Amino acid sequence: MVQENKSLEIERNIGDFAYPETHTHDAGIGLTEKTIHYISDVKQDPDWVREFRLKAYRTFLSKPMPTHWASRDLEAIVFDNIRYYLSGGIQPKRTWEEVPDDVKRTFERLGIPEQERKFLAGVEAQFDSEAVYSNIKKAVGEQGVIFVGSADGLKEHPEIFRKWFGKVIPTGDNKFSALNSAVFSGGSFIYVPPGVKVKHPLQAYFRINAENFGQFERTLIICDEGSELTYMEGCTAPKFNTATLHSAVVELVAMKGAKIQYITVQNWSNNVFNLVTKRGLAHEEAEVKWIDCNIGSRLTMKYPGVVMKGRKARGEVISIALAGDGQHQDTGAKMVHAADETTSNIISKSISIGTGRATYRGLVHVPKHLKNCKNNTECDALLINSHSRTDTYPAITVRGTGNAVQHEASVSQVSAEQIFYMQQRGLSKAQAMSLSVNGFVNDLVRQFPMEYSVELKRLIELEMEGSVG
Amino acid sequence: MAHSGLSFESDMQELIIQDLHVSIADQEIIRGLSLSVPRGEVHAIMGPNGSGKSTLAKVLAGHPDYIVTAGSVTMDGENILELEPDERARRGLFLAFQYPSEIPGVTIANFLRAAVQSRMPEGEELEATDYYAQLYKKMDLLEMDRSFTSRSVNEGFSGGEKKRNEILQMALLEPKYAVLDETDSGLDIDALKVVSKGVNSLRGPDLGVLLITHYQRLLNYIVPDRVHVMVRGRIEMSGGKDLALQLEEKGYDWVKDDIDEPTLA
Repeated sequence: MVQENKSLEIERNIGDFAYPETHTHDAGIGLTEKTIHYISDVKQDPDWVREFRLKAYRTFLSKPMPTHWASRDLEAIVFDNIRYYLSGGIQPKRTWEEVPDDVKRTFERLGIPEQERKFLAGVEAQFDSEAVYSNIKKAVGEQGVIFVGSADGLKEHPEIFRKWFGKVIPTGDNKFSALNSAVFSGGSFIYVPPGVKVKHPLQAYFRINAENFGQFERTLIICDEGSELTYMEGCTAPKFNTATLHSAVVELVAMKGAKIQYITVQNWSNNVFNLVTKRGLAHEEAEVKWIDCNIGSRLTMKYPGVVMKGRKARGEVISIALAGDGQHQDTGAKMVHAADETTSNIISKSISIGTGRATYRGLVHVPKHLKNCKNNTECDALLINSHSRTDTYPAITVRGTGNAVQHEASVSQVSAEQIFYMQQRGLSKAQAMSLSVNGFVNDLVRQFPMEYSVELKRLIELEMEGSVG
Repeated sequence: MAHSGLSFESDMQELIIQDLHVSIADQEIIRGLSLSVPRGEVHAIMGPNGSGKSTLAKVLAGHPDYIVTAGSVTMDGENILELEPDERARRGLFLAFQYPSEIPGVTIANFLRAAVQSRMPEGEELEATDYYAQLYKKMDLLEMDRSFTSRSVNEGFSGGEKKRNEILQMALLEPKYAVLDETDSGLDIDALKVVSKGVNSLRGPDLGVLLITHYQRLLNYIVPDRVHVMVRGRIEMSGGKDLALQLEEKGYDWVKDDIDEPTLA
């Protein structure tokens, strides 16, 4: 076991930030039962968690790769070459000079603070803005909100944690949810007491560190009756990692009349397989809304879902996918109606550039015995040039009468005439492209918090500059 | 002021097209066209369908589909044929499109702001308050409702709204030369009056206008200084504003008959 002492002080305009002394643990490469035990030992898991992990590991082994419907690119993942657990500060490092110029330029354009740039670029192993985080924790703590890491959650609040953990997304839901269940570390646990409306969005970004930006984080959020919460995950800045597999599980539980909004901006570097399972459970009159934006990664497979379990529950997925050269964004939504008068809404917009490929997969399920359920699905794809590809696979099963489903899909291109028109007004080709793409996603971008939407616009500009050359 | 052997400063204030030849897909559409539009004047180009009028408009603006095989186009003395469409625009060339494109999700206000910003020196930011002050001034001049610019560019616009939007952009961008391509097409008489009024209000010593039209009726509202008749890719006849009336009376065949014999340069 390596022990590393690291202590350095840096200054930023908001308070002091320190890198505390860290203990580091490395589970090594490859996955066996021994790896699971190692993780459980290091994390001092309660027995039930160790059992949960081991069972999940066996489920993972028994499940085939879903290449019968998904991209064969998944076969490029070599599970034996992956490091499944790493804590503290011994991430493989590189120097600032080794960071590619386009990455530096992106940081510059986004105005990312110096120290965060180093962390994001993989130069610094850890950036722990505990000072900011603890202020927020204190503010929400006064309202009785629990906001801790998932490892603390399962130990300190087992009575709530255990009741819902793995219940929204069972271990065996898919091969990657099983993998996550076996090796999870990092992620957040949040509980909002009845009637509490959390004013400010809680952000995972405030506590970025090796684990939080880890490969297998696990997040569980429970909003009790009548409470409200907005949670934001990720950041628009590109995250560079030598690890090539990211597989998270996020479970949301909205009790009667509660509202949860979960916002994700994903911008992994283009070598990462991003295979994430996200689902929310909405009880009577509750609302779960996923706002999801995928910009980075080599292959993303992510279909946020809502199970509407109580009468008048609502589910919503708003998603934007940007598939640049060599990328495949395979995204969509799952809406499972399981009670009368439930409504769901899916709006998906994708942009394919160069050889980029965007796939939409939607599942809407309304069983026969239900009444007065509604679904609205809109998916629009924008193609930037002739190599681009887009596919839509809607699967809508609606049985019974008195249920209404509406599905609209469109594919459009940024036409040469449109670009010429804009150029004639003085805009360069790249500016013209980015303005039309921003226009295409504009109505969805507005749903993101202000600072995210500004950054998203800049990212699209950058992407367009690159595509025009 | 005149110096022998040197051109006058005023000589340079002109859009000059010389012996222009243009092809698309190996078919020659413009076949040796020459024309000069000085600033401060409005020139009309009339001609039958298929004579190459709209091609001329697009070629001037730099549309990538057309290939210039010979000839030159200079703007205030500078050859513009090697420039990108946006470079030509920033140097003061404006094209009011016959069929303006829709840009979904982008408001007129934001689009025009980007256009104005593109004309500013590198590193200089357009002040929002200055911009809106300018924009509203032009809108008032054109008697447009303020809510107009919060709509997406040309999306779901009527023919008249599209043309008014073109004129608004022209007013704000203050070009040196404006090419208006069939600005009257698709307009009813009321819209035609509104658009014409807008163009007339922008006339002045700093602006040269090339007005492309099939019909004489637009010229009742925007009275040109010169009228040129374009047939089969060439200017075959030029004259004063009365030429338009003659054409109205006699039709384009009159010009065609007249040029049956080969014209000698």
